[in-house]
Amino acid sequence: MLEFRNVSYTAPDGREILKDVNLTISERFVAVTGPNGSGKSTMAKLIAGIISPTAGDIYFEGRKITDMSVTDRARAGISFAFQQPVRFKGITVKDLLSLSAGKDTSVSEACGYLSEVGLCAKDYINREVNASLSGGELKRIEIAMINARGTKLSVFDEPEAGIDLWSFNSLIKVFENMYSRTKGSIVIISHQERILDIADKIVVLSGGGIAEYGSKDEVLPKLLDVRAGCKFTKEAR
Amino acid sequence: MDKIQQSLLEQVAGIHDVPQGAYSLRINGSLYGKNSSENINIVKKEDKPGIDIYIKDGTKNESVHIPVLLSQTGLRELVYNDFHIGRDCDVTIVAGCGIHNGGSESSEHSGIHSFYLAEGARVKYIEKHYGEGDGMGKNIMNPTTYAELAEGAYLEMETVQIKGVDSTDRVTKAVLGKDSSIVVHEKIMTHGEQFAKTEFEVELNGENSGAHVVSRSVARDNSYQKFISRVKGNNKCSGHTECDAIIMDNAKVAAVPEILASDPDASLIHEAAIGKIAGEQLVKLMTLGLTEKEAEEEIINGFLR
Repeated sequence: MLEFRNVSYTAPDGREILKDVNLTISERFVAVTGPNGSGKSTMAKLIAGIISPTAGDIYFEGRKITDMSVTDRARAGISFAFQQPVRFKGITVKDLLSLSAGKDTSVSEACGYLSEVGLCAKDYINREVNASLSGGELKRIEIAMINARGTKLSVFDEPEAGIDLWSFNSLIKVFENMYSRTKGSIVIISHQERILDIADKIVVLSGGGIAEYGSKDEVLPKLLDVRAGCKFTKEAR
Repeated sequence: MDKIQQSLLEQVAGIHDVPQGAYSLRINGSLYGKNSSENINIVKKEDKPGIDIYIKDGTKNESVHIPVLLSQTGLRELVYNDFHIGRDCDVTIVAGCGIHNGGSESSEHSGIHSFYLAEGARVKYIEKHYGEGDGMGKNIMNPTTYAELAEGAYLEMETVQIKGVDSTDRVTKAVLGKDSSIVVHEKIMTHGEQFAKTEFEVELNGENSGAHVVSRSVARDNSYQKFISRVKGNNKCSGHTECDAIIMDNAKVAAVPEILASDPDASLIHEAAIGKIAGEQLVKLMTLGLTEKEAEEEIINGFLR
């Protein structure tokens, strides 16, 4: 479904963030984890097309998308939930859900998306997505938007951050329901063990490369071990 | 009314024909029709162009429409409309001016609207300005609004100028008595070589009076906007003005705030922000499948909603 072939990314300031990464993602849930600064968010932005690799190519469903715009990738079936959702003056929750769904979303459809992320629809549907919403509320709306899109590939950058009052179980349920509809791949950047625990594959990024890649049973024990011993974080320095 | 005039009327008042209830409709420099109702009396001025509108004490949930249409090129007019609003009224006044200029000469409408709100009166005043036309003649609108609010009165003003007005010089002045308040929402978008200047002056004279002025604008192409606000706190009062502008292309935007407090219990705030559309907003909408252009339109439409 998604493939990185020898992908490197060097930031405009000269820092090498990703070095010659090769990766294929086709499973239901793929978790990407690793220490801060290991290139997780960079990987997500490369998938969405917000930044372009400085070397290598990205393929989506067999098609090279390296030079495709953000818009074209979105239309081809890639969704991206930002780590820090964007605020808009005057644009309502319902507007964003409609834009996500690519059609004027009915009130009952919008309510469905919102209640799935634990928001009471009637309180939110006509709210402006502006500074009056808390970080946690914005995160849930961001997830609801991805749900409304229902594309083949969905990438979530730390979806659990700020969702303190809402249980992880509910978040995981959202991912499961999403999969049952899209039958695609869901890539989740996360530090949370409970999210890693549902992953079919775990990718551990460290020092600009893939330090571990495999099933949860293969990677998780090492990862926990490593966290204690700080092997990857040492390597990243 | 011809087709052009009907479409202008729809743009500024959202109606297709002469309004229901109390109204005054002015077309091409003269009074086309007017209608008084039981509680709202509209009287043509004898000494100068314009009307006096008298609203009886205690009139509730009624509205007055006073649209002005210009479809004859080169017409210039200055009109005086005075609103006398009785005690404890709760009314909506819908004004607006639409110009269709198909010729080469400038068309100009300048309206001077004065509001006198008696004790406890509540007024919602909506004003839309719209211009169109394929000629080279300019569409000019210079509205002046003057408001006097007696004790406990409340005036809410909503002004919109989105399209086709080449030059505008808007002046709004308000003098507030005890426990009265004014809320102003202004929305402006300028294109091409357009010029728009808006000037607010609010005098908070009464105890516990309040003013809240919010201007949102978008300046595109080579247009120029200037926002001036002056709030004077002369008593225990609160004043807040906010200018929020999106700047695009080669446009220019100036915000000139002035707050003047002459009472230690006056609390006055001014906020002004000018900037381009945030890149992350564009990117977010593009990740939903919109093109950059579509994303831009969506952001502007929301901003000016």
